[in-house]
Amino acid sequence: MDLTVGPNQFFWSADRWAGFYDDLAKSPVDRVVLGELVCSKRLPFFQERVPDAIATLIDAGKDVALTSLALVTLKRERKQTATLAEMGVKIEISDLTALPHLPKGAAFSVGPLVNVYNEGTLIWLASKGASRICLPPELPLASVATLAKTGADLGVAIEVWGHGRLPLAISGRCYHARLHKRGKDNCQFACEDDPDGLDVRTLEGQPFLTMNGVQTLSDTYASAAHQIEALTHAGVSSLRLSPQSKGFPQI
Amino acid sequence: MVMEIVCPAGTPASLRAAVKAGAHTIYCGFNDETNARNFPGLNFDRSEMRDGIAFAHAQGSKVLIAINTFPRAGDEALWHRAVADAETCGADAVILADPGLLAYAARQHPDLRRHLSVQAAAANADIINYYADVFDVKRVVLPRVLSVPEIAAINAETEVETEVFVFGGLCVMAEGRCSLSSYATGLSPNMNGVCSPASHVEYLEDKGALDARLGGFTIHRVGPSEPAPYPTLCKGCFGAGDKTGHLFEDPVSLNAEQLIPQLQKAGVTALKIEGRQRSRSYVAQVVRNFRNAVDALDAGMPMPEGMLAKLSEGQAMTTGAYKKTWR
Repeated sequence: MDLTVGPNQFFWSADRWAGFYDDLAKSPVDRVVLGELVCSKRLPFFQERVPDAIATLIDAGKDVALTSLALVTLKRERKQTATLAEMGVKIEISDLTALPHLPKGAAFSVGPLVNVYNEGTLIWLASKGASRICLPPELPLASVATLAKTGADLGVAIEVWGHGRLPLAISGRCYHARLHKRGKDNCQFACEDDPDGLDVRTLEGQPFLTMNGVQTLSDTYASAAHQIEALTHAGVSSLRLSPQSKGFPQI
Repeated sequence: MVMEIVCPAGTPASLRAAVKAGAHTIYCGFNDETNARNFPGLNFDRSEMRDGIAFAHAQGSKVLIAINTFPRAGDEALWHRAVADAETCGADAVILADPGLLAYAARQHPDLRRHLSVQAAAANADIINYYADVFDVKRVVLPRVLSVPEIAAINAETEVETEVFVFGGLCVMAEGRCSLSSYATGLSPNMNGVCSPASHVEYLEDKGALDARLGGFTIHRVGPSEPAPYPTLCKGCFGAGDKTGHLFEDPVSLNAEQLIPQLQKAGVTALKIEGRQRSRSYVAQVVRNFRNAVDALDAGMPMPEGMLAKLSEGQAMTTGAYKKTWR
C-alpha cells in the first residue's frame, strides 16, 4: 500500500501553500496531486508558486500530477481546464470536462469527485488512458473489491480515501460568501480565514459539516487506518491523504 | 416552436393525468434502484410502462425513461436490463447519467435515443459536446447551478438540445456529485436513488417546539404554530461561527415560470418539472399551468400570472441560480 497526497481543498496563502509542499517533499509519500480543485478564484493567489512546488517534489522523487477543477462553468474555468496540460506534468481529472483536453495518448489519473461506481465506467475511463483511479468515498468495500479486480485486469491502480475531511458536495453557489451576505463574484475571499474550512453545527450544537466556499465537507476526518488490511486484501494499492493545515507530517 | 413541457409521472395514473393535462413529454422510471426517485409505492413495472407508453403515444405525447442512478459494481446487469426493457417498451428516449451505462446503451441499443441526466452535472459546452461526440447524446438536462446567461452561452456553443428545470425541488449542489445524504443516512441519490429519505426522518417535540432530525442530526426546529418543512439536508438549519440559519438554502422550491421567455431566448428546448413523487392532481395542475404559459408565449401573448405558489414546498419559492443572484 502506498500513499498519495490529494490536492489541498482549502484556501491557503501562497506562503502556507508553498511551505506545505516544501515539507511534503521530505515526507515518505509516493505521489502528490496539487493545484486548485474547488474554486477558480483562488488559483491566482498561488499560481506562480506551482512550477517551483512541482520541481521540488519531482526532485524529491515524487510522482506529481495536477488536478483539474471540480466544477467548470465559466469561460475562464474552461480555459484553465483546457490549458492544464501545458504545465508538462500528468493530469488528474476531477471533472470529465478535462477529458477532451488531455494530450492524445497521455496517461491520466481520476480523482474521487468523478463518479466511478462500476466496472463499465472504469473500463471506459481505462480505454481513454486512465492509469489510476481514486474511488468516490461513498463506495462500500464490496464495490471497491470488484473495481480493484477490474482495475488489476486493465492495469489501472485503485486508490481510496485514506485520511481527511470527506468532500461531500460542490455547488455553483458560494456558502462562505452567502454567510457573509455577499455574492460569489464579490466574495472578498471570505474563505481565507478558515484554513481547514468552517465548522457547521446542527441545532443541538453537534459538529456535522464543514463549509469551504462552494464545497461542503464532513466535519469528521475520515480515516482508513483501521481498514488497511481489508483494503489491501480487496486489491487497493494506495490511500489518499487530504491536506490539512496542522499535523499533516505526523499523519 | 413551442417549448416542450417535460412532466414527471410516478404512477400510471399520474402519467395519464399528465397526458390529458397537455404534457408534451412524460418522464418516469422502473420500480427499482435504477432511477433516482426510488420511493416505496412509486414507479412502473414493465407492463405498466408498456401500457403507459402506448397510452401516451396514442395521444401524441412522448415518454422518457430515467435510468439515472449509478450502477452498482457487480450488479450492472440490473441497469443493462432496464435499458433493454426501455427500448422494448417503446420509450422515446432514456435519461442516463453514468458513463459506463451510456457506453453500454450506445453500443447495445444504438437506435434508442439518449438524453444526459442532470445527475451527470454537465455544466459547460465542452463536456456536453464531448458526451455528444462519444455517446451520441441528443439532449442534456442542465444542472440547477447555472444562471440564464450561462445557459445561453452553452446553447450558443452546442447542437445538443438543452432541458432545464423550471418547477419543483431545487438541488443547490451540483446533482450527481452530492453525498450529503449518504454521509448522514447511508443512503444516497447516486447509489440508492433517494435523498434525505423519509425512513431516516424523525420529528420530536421538545418544550412546544418541533424538531426535525435526519439520521439523528437535528436540522430543523419550528414553533407550535409554524409549518414544519421536510428536513432535506441542504435546506436544513445550521450554525456556523456566530450565525444560525439556512446556511446552504432556505426551505424553498424552484419556480422559474416567469423566466420562461428568457429561457426560450437562451435557446432552451424543453422545460422540466420535478416531482415524480407528487400526486396526479398536483402534476395535472402544474402541467396545465406551464402548458398555458408556453402556448401563450408561442402565440405572442403575455405570460399568464403565476398561480402555482400554493403548490410549492413550504409555500416559498425561488428562481434558484437562474437570476444570477448567487453570483
